[in-house]
Amino acid sequence: MSDESVISLRGVRAELGSRPVLRGIDLTVRRGEVVALLGANGSGKSTAVRTVIGQVPVTDGEIELFGTPRRRFRDWSRLGYVPQRTTAAGGVPATVTEVVSSGRLSRARFGVLRKADHEAVRRALGLVGMADRAKDSVNALSGGQHQRVLIARALASVPELLIMDEPMAGVDLASQKVLADTLREQVAAGTTVLLVLHELGPLEPLIDRAVVLRDGCVLHDGPPPKAVGQHALPGHDHVHPHAPADAEPVRTGLLS
Amino acid sequence: MEILNYAFMQRALLAAVLVGITAPAIGIYLVQRRQALMGDGIGHVAMTGVGLGFLLSWSPVWMATLVSVLGAVLMELIRWYGKTRGDIALAMLFYGGMAGGVMFINLAPGGSNANLTSYLFGSLSTVSESDVTAICVLAAFVVLVTVGLRRQLFAVSQDEEFARVTGLPVRVLNLLTAVTAAVTVTVAMRVVGLLLVSALMVVPVAAAQQLSRSFAATFAISVAIGVGVTLGGTVTSYYQDVPPGATIVLLTIGAFILLSLLATPLARRRARALAAAEHASDPAECKIPTAREPRDEVGV
Repeated sequence: MSDESVISLRGVRAELGSRPVLRGIDLTVRRGEVVALLGANGSGKSTAVRTVIGQVPVTDGEIELFGTPRRRFRDWSRLGYVPQRTTAAGGVPATVTEVVSSGRLSRARFGVLRKADHEAVRRALGLVGMADRAKDSVNALSGGQHQRVLIARALASVPELLIMDEPMAGVDLASQKVLADTLREQVAAGTTVLLVLHELGPLEPLIDRAVVLRDGCVLHDGPPPKAVGQHALPGHDHVHPHAPADAEPVRTGLLS
Repeated sequence: MEILNYAFMQRALLAAVLVGITAPAIGIYLVQRRQALMGDGIGHVAMTGVGLGFLLSWSPVWMATLVSVLGAVLMELIRWYGKTRGDIALAMLFYGGMAGGVMFINLAPGGSNANLTSYLFGSLSTVSESDVTAICVLAAFVVLVTVGLRRQLFAVSQDEEFARVTGLPVRVLNLLTAVTAAVTVTVAMRVVGLLLVSALMVVPVAAAQQLSRSFAATFAISVAIGVGVTLGGTVTSYYQDVPPGATIVLLTIGAFILLSLLATPLARRRARALAAAEHASDPAECKIPTAREPRDEVGV
């Protein structure tokens, strides 16, 4: 791990429909780190990563990617992104290979895919254990397989930085294990990872640092909080009603 | 083939084939983005262009192209900025466009709604030499965009947020899609008419989906269906004296029904083959296991 910062947010503020969602966030992810962004629903964790990729405009503050201000950043093949989705399908049938090939466009000139690009797509599918489904329609896949396709699409450009928004949402345990293994290999190879998570779950051993958001502010930035009591039991899963935003903060057990 | 001896039929067949290629070629991206009815909206807006063409004694085809391109760009802008009640804004645009067309054509000297009819429902046999030139130029543009930029348009239509992170100029590509759709509407205007244009953009794609698993195959099959029905409809209308636009649209819907019927046993066979490949060792029936396996773990 070096001191070179891959993602840097300083005093970032953002609004969604004139409602402030981020109220001055500082967040640095250094090369080789695996950082989890945690928080309750509506805490601004998804918005934070969406400002990093430029999907949500910032009203104040600075964002840098690989040391370049985000507005001038053009080296998109260094970044792999897994958006929060439950499906990889669109309104028209598409094969797994066709969807994953989109991830290679950041390295292809004028959208022309060469032999090396097709090779990279095959490799990415192999990494998530979907090589045998390459020619199948994404419509025929299960929820966990959709997520694996989305991750393969992000890996197709062989990125140095992976940003994943709730990659474990709606994924069965078998697929969660495949995803955790894929991520472990990426981290071992030196990839920097920023993960938005609802809870640490099976990815916990991989995580170097956790940043917890509440109401658009950073509440905690440090080692991942240890689960305590019954939360520490293997296989424990948080199933709790989502409290209204102005209610008492949800005691996730992460901070106690 | 006596049908080919008439110059007006040669022009009609050429125009029909070009529409059969271009309408599904851009329509597939609209369906992929779940904006299947966008072509219909543009068709309404194009009516204002036709009306203006009559009023200003301009070529209605080129005027309709201009106005529908502006309308398509406006719709795209509404999609970006007007997140609240975008559907209402679009409805205003659609019906404003239609009302504008009726208003302008009645303001034109000697103009009446009768002039509009050939644009609303198509008038293949009155396609002139200059219409054919315009249709050829516009169709070339549509093919160039939809085939040349297929990977970029696929990525943007499949997942706009992800496409942005691959560095694609998402807004430019969205505008290009809208403009191309507008151009296609005016290409198809003389053949099937503004009110039926959207059918040729959407139904061949829906029909092709019954058979295909990949985007590439859907594209190829829907263009093949498009060419088949436009040619078939034009020839039928010549021999049976029925309106070509309506014939083409009904044939397209017929193709959809036929392929849907064919696809059901095909899909069933495919699912069986897949299941057989996946669970080669599985028993044919459900069996209550004696012990829990790790894969039964649900993590509660």
